[in-house]
Amino acid sequence: MSSQMIRRAEAGTTEAPWVRYTLIGITLIFLFLFLVLPLAAVFAEALRKGFDAYWEALKEPDAWSAIRLTLITALIAVPLNLVFGIAAAWCIAKYEFRGKSILTTLVDLPFSVSPVVAGLVYVLMFGAQGWFGPWLQEHDIKIIFAVPGIVLATVFVTFPFIARELIPLMQAQGNEEEQAAIVLGATGWQTFWYVTLPNIKWGLIYGVILCNARAMGEFGAVSVVSGHIRGQTNTMPLHVEILYNEYQSVAAFAVASLLALLALVTLVIKSVAEWRHEREMKAIGDLSPENVKSTPLDLSLKAAS
Amino acid sequence: MLSRTDAAAPAKRRAPARVLPGFNITLGYTLMYLSLIVLIPLSALVFKTFTLTWDQFWTAVTGPRVMASYRLTFGASLIAALVNVVFGLLVAWVLVRYQFFGKKIVDALVDLPFALPTAVAGISLTALLAGNGWVGQYLEPLGVQLAFNPNGVVIALIFIGLPFVVRTVQPVLEDAEKELEEAATCLGASRWQTFSKVIFPSIAPALLTGFAMAFARGVGEYGSVIFIAGNMPMISEITPLIIIGKLEQYDYAGATAVATVMLLISFILLLIINGLQAWQRRHSGAPA
Repeated sequence: MSSQMIRRAEAGTTEAPWVRYTLIGITLIFLFLFLVLPLAAVFAEALRKGFDAYWEALKEPDAWSAIRLTLITALIAVPLNLVFGIAAAWCIAKYEFRGKSILTTLVDLPFSVSPVVAGLVYVLMFGAQGWFGPWLQEHDIKIIFAVPGIVLATVFVTFPFIARELIPLMQAQGNEEEQAAIVLGATGWQTFWYVTLPNIKWGLIYGVILCNARAMGEFGAVSVVSGHIRGQTNTMPLHVEILYNEYQSVAAFAVASLLALLALVTLVIKSVAEWRHEREMKAIGDLSPENVKSTPLDLSLKAAS
Repeated sequence: MLSRTDAAAPAKRRAPARVLPGFNITLGYTLMYLSLIVLIPLSALVFKTFTLTWDQFWTAVTGPRVMASYRLTFGASLIAALVNVVFGLLVAWVLVRYQFFGKKIVDALVDLPFALPTAVAGISLTALLAGNGWVGQYLEPLGVQLAFNPNGVVIALIFIGLPFVVRTVQPVLEDAEKELEEAATCLGASRWQTFSKVIFPSIAPALLTGFAMAFARGVGEYGSVIFIAGNMPMISEITPLIIIGKLEQYDYAGATAVATVMLLISFILLLIINGLQAWQRRHSGAPA
C-alpha cells in the first residue's frame, strides 16, 4: 500500500476540521447548558446571601438530623446490597442453570419500577391498612412513616446497582483462575478472597459508589414512606424539598449543595476506578500475545516504515 | 473459552463440572433476598389490585386527570428520549472520535445525572429556568417559558436520560472497526455516506437500547420533575404525582390501580430493553 493511499484511508475515517470543531462546539455548549449550569446554580444559590447564611442553614438541628438519617440509611442499604450483589454475581456469572436469564431480568427489575411505585408497595405491605399492618400495630412496631420503611425503600431502589456492575465483569473473567485455586487446594472462601476479589475490585468500588450516591439521594420512594416528620423521618433530599416549599431558598440550596458535593466526589471516585480498571485490563492484554489486535492499517504502517 | 472447558471435561464428565463451591448458598441467598425485597412487595401491589372490582379499577385508571397525566408522562418522556438520542449520539461520537482539551473531565461529567440526587437537579433546573433565573431571564422577554409547565418536564427528563444514551452508544463506537470505514472510503463513499450506510447501522441497536432506557427512566421519574412542572391538574401533572396525590387522600385503591398500570408498563419496557440488548449482542457478536 502506498503512503498516499494510507493517508487517504486515514482521512476517510475522520471528518474535515470545520465539521470536527463544530461538533465539539455543539457538544460542549449542550453539556454546559444541561450539566455544568445546573451544578453551578446549586452552589451559587446556596451562597447567594454569603457564607454566614450558608453556614447558619447547615447548622440547623433539623438539617443535622436529616444528614444523620441519610448516612444511617446508606450505611444499612449499601452493605446489604453489596452482599447480595456479590452472591448474585457469583451464582449468575460462574454457573449455568435453568432460569438464569429470568433471574438476571428480575435482578434488573427495580431499575425500571418508578420510585413512587416502589414506595407504595411497602405502604401496601406494612402500612396501617397493609398486609402486616394490623399485626405490626398490635406489637407496636412502626415501619411506614419511620426509619425502617425509609431503609427498605432505599434498599429497593438501589437493589441492582452492585449486582449489575459485577455480573458482566465476572462473566468476562471466566472461571479458570478460581478453578486453578480450588484444584491447588484453596477453600472456597480463600479462592474468593485472594483470586476473585482482586480481579473485581474496581468494578466493586464502582458499583458501591453509585449505589451509595443513589441511596443518599433517593427522593421519590423515600418520600412515599417517610411521612415527612421534621427532625425524625426526613432524609436530606426530603429536607431540601420542605425548605424549598417553605421558600427558604438559601437553606434548601445549602443542604442541596452537600448532596451536589457528594455527587462530585462520586464522579471522581468512579472515574478513578474506571481508569485503574482500564489500565489493568490493558496490562493483562499486553501480556498475552493472542489479545494484541493489529489492524491491517497498523501492519501496513509498520511495513511502510 | 469453550475449548478450554472441553479439555477439562473428560475427567469430570460424570459429575457436572461444578468445581467451584458456593452455588447452592449464593443462589439460595439471591432468591431469598430478591423475594423479600422485590418480588413479595411487588406481588402485594398485584394482589391489592385484584381486590378491586373491574369498574373500580377502570374508573381509577381512566379518570380525566389520570388520562391527562399519561399523555404528559409518555409524551414528555418520548420527546426527551428523542432529544437524548440526537445529543447522546453526538456526545458519544465526540468523546470517542475526537481529541480536545478537558475531554476526560467532560467524559466524567456525563454521569452527573446518575450521581446528582433528583431533587437537587429539580430545584436547580427550576432556579435556572424561572423568570429571574440565569437562563430564564433571557428567555422571558422572548415569551419562552420553560419552567412550571410541560416544557419543564421535558427539560428535566432530558437531564435525567442523557447518560443512558451516551453510555450505551459509547462502547459500541469504541469497538467499531475502522477497517470498514476505510474500505468504504477507498471504494469512493463520501464521509456522510460512510456514516449513514456503515457506521449508523452498526450503532443503531445500541442507540435504540439507550432510547428505550431513557424513555423508561423518564416514565417513572418523580424527584426532578415535580419541582419544575408546576403540577397543575390536567396540564402539568405527571402520573407518579397522581399516585402520591391519591395516597395523600387515603385513596389506596385508586393509588394501587394507577401504580399497577405503571408497573405493567415498566415491565413491558424492561422486556423490550432486554430484547434489544440481546439483539445488540448478536449484532456485535456476528462475524464481520
